[in-house]
Amino acid sequence: MLMDARFIPYLLIAPSLGFLTVLFFVPLVQTIALAFQSDGGWSGANFARMADDLNFTDAVVNTFEIVIIVVPLQLLLALAMAMMLQHVRGGRDIVLWIWSIPLGISDLAAGLVWLAILTDKGYLNSILLRLGVLSGPQSWLSYETPATLLAAIVVAELWRATAIVLVILVAGVQLIPKEYGEAADVFGATPWQRFTRVTLPLLKPSIQTALILRTVLAFEMFAIVLSIGGRNFPVLVSEAFNWQYNQQDFGVAAAYAVIVMGVSLTATLIYLWVLRTPAAQR
Amino acid sequence: MRKISAWLFIAGLLTAAAAAARAEDLIFLSTQLRPIEEAQKMRNLILKDFPHKVDYVTEQPAQLPVRIKAEQQGGTHTIDVVGALHGELQPLVPLDALVPLDDLIATVKGRGIPDPLMSLGKLGTVHQLYIPWMQATYIMVANKEALPYLPAGASLDALSYDQLAGWAGAVQAKTGKRLLGFPAGPQGLMHRFFEGFLYPSYTGGVVAPFRSEAAEAMWTGFALLWKSVNPNSTSYNFMQEPLLSGDVWIAFDHIARVLDALRQKPDQFVAFPAPAGPKGRGYMPVLAGLAVVKGAADMSGATALIDYLAQPETQIATVRSVGFFPVVKADLPPDLDPGIKLGAGAIEKTQSATDALTALLPIGLGQRGGEFDKVFMDTFQLVVQRGQQPRAVLDREAETLRRLMTETGAPCWRPDPPSTGACQVQ
Repeated sequence: MLMDARFIPYLLIAPSLGFLTVLFFVPLVQTIALAFQSDGGWSGANFARMADDLNFTDAVVNTFEIVIIVVPLQLLLALAMAMMLQHVRGGRDIVLWIWSIPLGISDLAAGLVWLAILTDKGYLNSILLRLGVLSGPQSWLSYETPATLLAAIVVAELWRATAIVLVILVAGVQLIPKEYGEAADVFGATPWQRFTRVTLPLLKPSIQTALILRTVLAFEMFAIVLSIGGRNFPVLVSEAFNWQYNQQDFGVAAAYAVIVMGVSLTATLIYLWVLRTPAAQR
Repeated sequence: MRKISAWLFIAGLLTAAAAAARAEDLIFLSTQLRPIEEAQKMRNLILKDFPHKVDYVTEQPAQLPVRIKAEQQGGTHTIDVVGALHGELQPLVPLDALVPLDDLIATVKGRGIPDPLMSLGKLGTVHQLYIPWMQATYIMVANKEALPYLPAGASLDALSYDQLAGWAGAVQAKTGKRLLGFPAGPQGLMHRFFEGFLYPSYTGGVVAPFRSEAAEAMWTGFALLWKSVNPNSTSYNFMQEPLLSGDVWIAFDHIARVLDALRQKPDQFVAFPAPAGPKGRGYMPVLAGLAVVKGAADMSGATALIDYLAQPETQIATVRSVGFFPVVKADLPPDLDPGIKLGAGAIEKTQSATDALTALLPIGLGQRGGEFDKVFMDTFQLVVQRGQQPRAVLDREAETLRRLMTETGAPCWRPDPPSTGACQVQ
């Protein structure tokens, strides 16, 4: 006998649901429980220790600094790149392919690439020395040069992760029917008006997806920061790592994990609300 | 069916044969020389002249007491000899797992094992529970280009921290660069510098005088010294790399982490003991010892193996193949790698310094050693990197240290005076 057709969709998604429950939801609940437990009872002691630590404020400030600088820049860059790509006729695929190369490189490898460029005896200093701009090796990544350290991490993040925003936006742009643009042209719209009044509103769902993905990933950044900044640039996830593996205090590490999750969730909800499409336009 | 039972029979025979062979071999369990290359050198080079067959097996340090305890409870003893660091053998004392080796003292004493090392082998009891096996420590290495700037009257082998500061300051004044370096990177061993060198040298202890006035003066002085330190030190994990590249001229690190520099350019570098402070030349020996486990199947074989490993020829073979240094007085052969000779010289001078002050690795903290290290690195970060007042920082960090010591109940270790109960900050 054939199964009732109504159940088939549920049956088909059941394996993925089961998978996520076991490997995502259960550890999530365990982590939250771990964060709020100390000495065998429920308490906020782990959060108190976390907040009392000398690197906590730095980690929070550094993490938000990076997100606030990097995400808007990436969105602007990716938008510009997607628009330019529309007007490329020959070799469009090759350009897109080259732009997305950083996507295929692991975070750690990307961090090490930039470390090799920016370290005291790295490529940047070698070139500047040869050009006569510098007279001796200049440190860019030490604790005494926080501004260039931050700039280096921003540049590395831009290089590494703008492509993911670009790929999402390019897919979105391709979905916009040509007729809207042509209609705007008929009514005498300037290219800028066409971009702001036609393309951007129609691209909103893609922008929303890209922003959510990028922001959540930016709050979780770790390997690039660790390889470029090391001890000099603590962020939330690197502190979670330190507490887990160096201090072996799993409770405080879990508290950091909960903070990262809370911040990411809040950011996602804000994006969903701010960039929602009103029911009338659907 | 017949076929299967025949296979089972053969398998059974093989297992029995293997078990019989194993029963005759000496089992040597070690937490050191674990990487496969080093273990193979142990099996093929160092142990090759020992008359009995030895099974050299390695074990993670944290697993050692677990395994010994399990064998005690299960009643099957497979291990004859254990080789491990001093701090890793200490937890075996409360398990009553080690055979007193007092009879061996006479045999090995004549070979020139220094008394301080021998007495560490008592592990705080009246019996000799392990025989020193091999050692390492932390040393200073300097590029010969830095030597002309050494302050007048200072001798490399008897340097003080004030002279080191003067030296690094002179190098900075003359070259315009900060060329003193410390391994303060994420994987560096900077915390050991504070726990085993700076604190003992200035305060004569580690935990008890943590927030003393001497400690306050020490941190103030170290923050001044840091003005001549290469700011990339917070990224250095192994000092051999900046030494070889010339980014650093004077460096402190574990000998294993500078040995490449000494081996590659033995003519370019000198190696010497860490500096001394008002209370002496604090230094942290990394000492591995050999012990016999109670219930060992072959007692005489076990003691013979220890005797063999503590012979000067074996000790030279050990330093030659795995870079751990002799504990006995051994005349290093002329064809020994000159870099290793430099390292051996620095270790020997450290130990025989008249003002040497031994500081041990933290003992009894178990899994929470990382939190102990963090107290020292946090103090360093706040006082030296952020320029806060040492008094306030020490009082704050002392609270964390107090809580840690109370919760673990770890008694004081050298050079702190012995304590009843948990070691406490005064």
